[in-house]
Amino acid sequence: MFARGLKRKCVDQEEDGEDALAGFGTVPSYSLQRQSLLDMSLVKLQLCHMLVEPNLCRSVLIANTVRQIQEEMTRDGMGRGAAPQSTGRAPLDRLVSTEILCRTVRGPEAGCPVPDLGDSPLQGTPPELCIVNSAEVPRSPQSSLWEMDSPRENRGSFQKSLDQIFETLEHKSPSSMEELFSDMDSSYYDLDTVLTGMMTGAKPGLCDGLESFAAAAPAPGSSCKSDLAELDHVVEILVET
Amino acid sequence: MFSGPRQRGLRLLTHAEWCGVPSEADIISTVEFNYSGDLLATGDKGGRVVIFQREQESKSRPHSRGEYNVYSTFQSHEPEFDYLKSLEIEEKINKIRWLPQQNAAHFLLSTNDKTIKLWKISERDKRAEGYNLKDEDGRLRDPFRITALRVPILKPMDLMVEASPRRIFANAHTYHINSISVNSDHETYLSADDLRINLWHLEITDRSFNIVDIKPANMEELTEVITAAEFHPHQCNVFVYSSSKGTIRLCDMRSSALCDRHSKFFEEPEDPSSRSFFSEIISSISDVKFSHSGRYMMTRDYLSVKVWDLNMESRPVETHQVHEYLRSKLCSLYENDCIFDKFECCWNGSDSAIMTGSYNNFFRMFDRNTRRDVTLEASRENSKPRASLKPRKVCTGGKRKKDEISVDSLDFNKKILHTAWHPMENIIAVAATNNLYIFQDKIN
Repeated sequence: MFARGLKRKCVDQEEDGEDALAGFGTVPSYSLQRQSLLDMSLVKLQLCHMLVEPNLCRSVLIANTVRQIQEEMTRDGMGRGAAPQSTGRAPLDRLVSTEILCRTVRGPEAGCPVPDLGDSPLQGTPPELCIVNSAEVPRSPQSSLWEMDSPRENRGSFQKSLDQIFETLEHKSPSSMEELFSDMDSSYYDLDTVLTGMMTGAKPGLCDGLESFAAAAPAPGSSCKSDLAELDHVVEILVET
Repeated sequence: MFSGPRQRGLRLLTHAEWCGVPSEADIISTVEFNYSGDLLATGDKGGRVVIFQREQESKSRPHSRGEYNVYSTFQSHEPEFDYLKSLEIEEKINKIRWLPQQNAAHFLLSTNDKTIKLWKISERDKRAEGYNLKDEDGRLRDPFRITALRVPILKPMDLMVEASPRRIFANAHTYHINSISVNSDHETYLSADDLRINLWHLEITDRSFNIVDIKPANMEELTEVITAAEFHPHQCNVFVYSSSKGTIRLCDMRSSALCDRHSKFFEEPEDPSSRSFFSEIISSISDVKFSHSGRYMMTRDYLSVKVWDLNMESRPVETHQVHEYLRSKLCSLYENDCIFDKFECCWNGSDSAIMTGSYNNFFRMFDRNTRRDVTLEASRENSKPRASLKPRKVCTGGKRKKDEISVDSLDFNKKILHTAWHPMENIIAVAATNNLYIFQDKIN
């Protein structure tokens, strides 16, 4: 059931990191895990919106999880100089299939330089980004999720965002994807098949799905500056820029 | 049942398998004994209800062990299409609740996501013969041919069990119905969906009273839904409902028409040391059941079962871990959606024991007095008719002993979500996907 791709190197890094709570060693590991969880949750939200009858309880729980992660990211973003409040936090439930983490984390040196952003011209922006993100994001998925009264009009707003998400999955070429989404009415039923097919393909492990998801990130996630770039990307998707 | 290697044990009484072309329609979605325990109703994803009846143990049939056999089968709900919203309405039976028996016929309520139906199940074992106006085939006789009158005679016939829908309670729920509960007054019942609870009178189908409404004015602010609701077994004005945030509210219908303000609020304070991003999800209550005494209630969340004293709102009086070994696997269980599985729980007749399901076709029973618990498996391989069920154990780490199963080998597709306990005897019904197992505790 669990992907066995866990590399020992990664485990060691994680284990080392957890001892030094305030050290940089933990930060990329935890942040990436948190980011992966956020990404997974957003995909779940998007997909469950597209299913015929979304389970409201499940959607609410996922949305609340997304909000929690974003709130924490905002807090962490605000207190850039401070050590991550991992003392108050419980050891984050580990993502078992962490191949992606093993790939992107290049050792202890690749610690998240978030505090160093002070040098860049973007100094003023990151906190704003975070705030915008947490303010914007809940609205888009939720408004279209909860309004079961008018699912049709909201589906349109997700067309483009889904485009971007699924472009990264290898199962369909982008051009046929556009065709699939061009006609909204009939494509709804095609979408179901497409999604079923995709989900079946993407399902085996967190690994595969997130691999491609992260690959789509505008700033190829080498450093943890990508943390904010990832947020950017998320905002883009949900606000359809 | 909980004692060690004595002759006592749970033995298989009946095993029924829903089969045909393998399909999702055969998955059992609810199980419920009636008040006497002689009847067991099951509902499935295909909208069918199958009722089992206990065979009378009698001297004339010494080999009968009081097994349950199929008594009646009928199609309760059909798939529908909501044209206004372009959404399909599943025919899956979410809940069945029996009404107390008042005459020879049996009544039950069954519900899918949107519509509740009252079914009458009656027996016919006599047939009238010798009508005047029609002959034996049912064809009308020519009145001019009738020269004599006779009184029809009742003759015995093979038992026929008929189910007929007596009431249909529709169009009262915008969201998916998760619970129905018959009131102790035997005249009213409640139905709960994700955001609202309605009160019905069994005789009146064209209107219901809304007694709880947690829908926010702005749906974007929605953060909590209703997950289960039940009437108090004796106080007809009291009911409880649970939420996705792990809280239970007890309401008194006498206080106001709209029970938006609870009389009691039950919530266990969170343990800060075990907080994770999944804390809220696993705290979501999937089932709430009053004890038969009415003094306690039991709630099921993802990892545990809690018993609450209605007089103490601050925390439960008992917490029983169902499968704590899953706590370290929550992320994977979130990924494959298992974390959203809704397990039910039930009391035994004397409230001394509770039972709930788990994965790998395991189910757990807890004895509240002796504090002992046991894990058992409901599967064909393990249920030989005369052998008693062997306790199972999940190995959480380190060396796996013989007969133990490791966490990573558990089959998460084999989930036991629905279980029921006979109201008076130690007979339990366990639904494992498309299989129904009925076990009885017997001394050899």
